[in-house]
Amino acid sequence: MGRIRSLLIPGVDKKMLVKDASRLMPDLTRRRFITGGASLGALTMLTGCDVVDSSSAEDLLKHVSKFNDAVQALIFNPNTLAPTFPESAITKPFPFNAYYSEDEAPEVDGEDYRFEVSGLVQNKKSWTLDELYKLPQVKQITRHICVEGWSAIGSWTGTPLRDFLKLVGADTTAKYCWFRCAEGYTSPIDMPTALHPQTQMTFKFADEILPRAYGYPMKIRIPTKLGFKNPKYVVSMEVTNDYKGGYWEDQGYNSFSGS
Amino acid sequence: MSAVTPALTSSRDRSGSSSGKIIQPAWIRSLHWINAVAMIVMIMSGWQIYNASPLFDFVFPASITLGGWLGGALLWHFAAMWLLMVNGLIYLTLGFATGRFRRKLLPITAGGVVDDAKAALTGRLSHADLSTYNQVQKLLYVGIILVGIVIVLSGLSIWKPVQLQWLTAIFGGYDFARYVHFAAMASIVGFLIVHVTLAVLVPKSLRAMIIGR
Repeated sequence: MGRIRSLLIPGVDKKMLVKDASRLMPDLTRRRFITGGASLGALTMLTGCDVVDSSSAEDLLKHVSKFNDAVQALIFNPNTLAPTFPESAITKPFPFNAYYSEDEAPEVDGEDYRFEVSGLVQNKKSWTLDELYKLPQVKQITRHICVEGWSAIGSWTGTPLRDFLKLVGADTTAKYCWFRCAEGYTSPIDMPTALHPQTQMTFKFADEILPRAYGYPMKIRIPTKLGFKNPKYVVSMEVTNDYKGGYWEDQGYNSFSGS
Repeated sequence: MSAVTPALTSSRDRSGSSSGKIIQPAWIRSLHWINAVAMIVMIMSGWQIYNASPLFDFVFPASITLGGWLGGALLWHFAAMWLLMVNGLIYLTLGFATGRFRRKLLPITAGGVVDDAKAALTGRLSHADLSTYNQVQKLLYVGIILVGIVIVLSGLSIWKPVQLQWLTAIFGGYDFARYVHFAAMASIVGFLIVHVTLAVLVPKSLRAMIIGR
């Protein structure tokens, strides 16, 4: 009977009308990630109740995603290394991927660049690119896995983040390292992952200074996480106990997104 | 085998009482329908996830996918997976523990499958006794249980290719595991089409899965 009352025009469900309208607005559609088109409507009719329409379904899914964060943190073994590959396995060309096109990617001036460090750290000095380049570097050839499903093998060279965290006297009992990027992109990384031996402040791709497409001047390479948790054009890091959200995380991608 | 049958029949007769014997016990019926919901959510959200990076030269129409976009589909997929896995584990545990798998699904012989397949295709297969599966049914049910195990394990190997890298290696590495996961989905959809068609053609089998008899 509740369904009957929710009918604005006989035979037309007002909630479905809202859904149809929201589909015309691209950004809103993306944010209303429960909207699933006719199939959801069909499911609603089959069951006679709004199982997938209400915001309670959205809330439930968000709760399960938080539960999945906890499960993944539990599964995460700090000593398990991502598989490494020979040079011959490197994907060529390595794909550019972002929510904008390649010619819209940030162009960071290396001369003016400063890497800002803030939050629960002893030394909050900003770092020039020259200073960062002087830190000891290691190379890894690992698989980058995109949340979309595709994968590509690349070669990344840089400083293990855990060495840098030690250097700046970071409180490694804090919950997150929160990264900000030149274009405004953000992403939080849980501390155990930040301390993983393969988590890297990357300055080179395939032995060359990181090109603009792959995140010049600095990318955070994390082979134990999906690609969107590997921020490019990184300009600042905050060590914090607060969950500050991220560009994709806020839109519904699972926040831990570990591999 | 033969010693099991008489004892079993009598216990079923007792539980069935005067209103006819129970063909599908309550635990099977609840697990079946929970599995049906979980599977449909997993398949429809899985199609949406597939569309983000298709393996083949086609995408699934938006009208038959769930989630609206990749992020929404992933939320559905990684929520329904718990329902599918927990429900499936209970089914496997009870299936072995109660002896149902051995009783209902075995033995399967090549000759028996061929004979029953012929009988089915020529319309001479009897559906008088729904408590006993024919050889083709047994083969398909055992097959779909195995496919169910493969789809969960290959899914886990795609989800955790670092933490469960041994599992990912079993499925031929990350990229190949995606094809395994897809093939398992396609098998389940194929099974579903046959399964639903036959349930509609033999409505008393559907009734048995709803009210038990």
